[in-house]
Amino acid sequence: MSAAARRSIALDALRKAGAVTLFGLRVLGQCVPALSRPRLVVLQVYNAGARSLVIIMLCGLFVGMVLGLQGFNLLQRFGSESALGVAAALGLIKELGPVLTALLFAGRAGTSLCSEIGLMGATDQLAAMEMMAVDPVRRVVAPRFLGGVIAVPLLTAVFNSIGIYGSSLVGVTMMRIQPGTFWSQMQNAVDLHDVNEGLIKSLVFGAACSLLAVYEGYHAEPTAEGVGLATTRTVVTSAVLTLLLDYVLTAAFL
Amino acid sequence: MTPQAPGTVPPRADTGSAPAVADAIVDVQDVHFAIGSRAIFRGVSVRARRGAITAMMGPSGTGKTTLLRLIMGQIRAQRGRVIVFGEEVERLDRDALYRLRQRVGMLFQNGALLTDMSVFENVAFPVREHVRLPEPVLRELVLMKLQAVGLRGAADLMPAELSGGMARRVALARAIVLDPELLIYDEPFVGLDPISMGVIVRLIQSLNRTLGITSIVVSHDVHEIGAIADYSYLLSEGLVAAQGSPAELKEAHQEVVQQFMSGSPDGPVPFHYPAPDYYEQLLERPRR
Repeated sequence: MSAAARRSIALDALRKAGAVTLFGLRVLGQCVPALSRPRLVVLQVYNAGARSLVIIMLCGLFVGMVLGLQGFNLLQRFGSESALGVAAALGLIKELGPVLTALLFAGRAGTSLCSEIGLMGATDQLAAMEMMAVDPVRRVVAPRFLGGVIAVPLLTAVFNSIGIYGSSLVGVTMMRIQPGTFWSQMQNAVDLHDVNEGLIKSLVFGAACSLLAVYEGYHAEPTAEGVGLATTRTVVTSAVLTLLLDYVLTAAFL
Repeated sequence: MTPQAPGTVPPRADTGSAPAVADAIVDVQDVHFAIGSRAIFRGVSVRARRGAITAMMGPSGTGKTTLLRLIMGQIRAQRGRVIVFGEEVERLDRDALYRLRQRVGMLFQNGALLTDMSVFENVAFPVREHVRLPEPVLRELVLMKLQAVGLRGAADLMPAELSGGMARRVALARAIVLDPELLIYDEPFVGLDPISMGVIVRLIQSLNRTLGITSIVVSHDVHEIGAIADYSYLLSEGLVAAQGSPAELKEAHQEVVQQFMSGSPDGPVPFHYPAPDYYEQLLERPRR
């Protein structure tokens, strides 16, 4: 790749980051007015959160069970299988819960947000709002953004709980670890700092994924192909950004 | 006050002469607008007289919808002025522009109904956004507007359950729910069956005559618009090719006007998009 092409890609990325940031500031500016109509926000929490519950619970259960199996296998080598509860809980609360929930949210709710707003643009619904002197960023975008920001930490909590239950199913029920050991070690080792770390991560991921989804939807080309491409970009960019932010936040918390 | 049902349009004074500046609610002065290197307008001047129905006609792609977007302040002219209700649209900030838009109703080509709301909620939408009304009063207002367009019985339907003509009528009810002073119709007849078209024509006329709403209708349906417009502009190649009452336009001698009014497939507006020589292109080897 030539230096000019590399420079062009870097400039495009920078331009896009700038555009998303400016749009994010505009959305943040409309969040307070949007909060004055809580019904709209609650509806979006329901759409983005409650409707993602089944997939989050299923994935949480399987991830917890896999953690249980792999953790038991690894810890058994050192004769520390009783620490499985701690390992599973910390892994889920600090890392896997926030990251996987954000990735699942981007795939399930982010695509839905993006395509819904994109289609509203393609069918002139956003333009009609503008013509009715209603700011679509306040009426459509901000409530959806807030809905995502609120929903992701709640979904993460559900994911973590079900995941820990999944690991206990494997560890306690299948591998015969003493339940008292499993739960008491977890209770002793996991403190509020760990929970806060997970909470902050999930808030940041929720904001990033929701912002990308509404940005791509709002700026999608008003055609079927344009909305499709925007939806794909939402998933890809959200996944990459989530993992990048995870590294940054993990490094910051250490 | 609600408009009368279609078929009971009261007569009105003649408004078919050229609009003067003092009468104009919309005054577009020497507007130039280009998208990239393609010039859409090269000095267009049009006016919409208070209380009249003004038609903007022209072949597809002449920028009729762009003109409406300029009037509504959605896009800005590169040269010239757009004055609406005495205010220069280009100079208005967002809040002022939104205040101005509250005095205007707009009917989109496809209705642009909000698909996640019922017909009732669609019509109630602008009221809920801008005015605090007790729910019973709001309900009465919405039902009155739906009655005016003949769709009170469809209040509980969703937009997906409506035909194209019904969607257009619901959008019209929504456009008039705040009693605007100016109503803008973007291609209101496109894709409608003759009955729905007749209903929309009658509604435009009755809203204009019973409520005194100034109307701008963008259309290329010569017959329908000719029947109700007080004054018409014909746009072609970025300029106003002709203007006058529908009768005057029919009598105009310019070739482009004659072609448009008679619907000839070829003329100053060519049937073929610019292309290389037909036979040469057929005979040349395809590029790999």
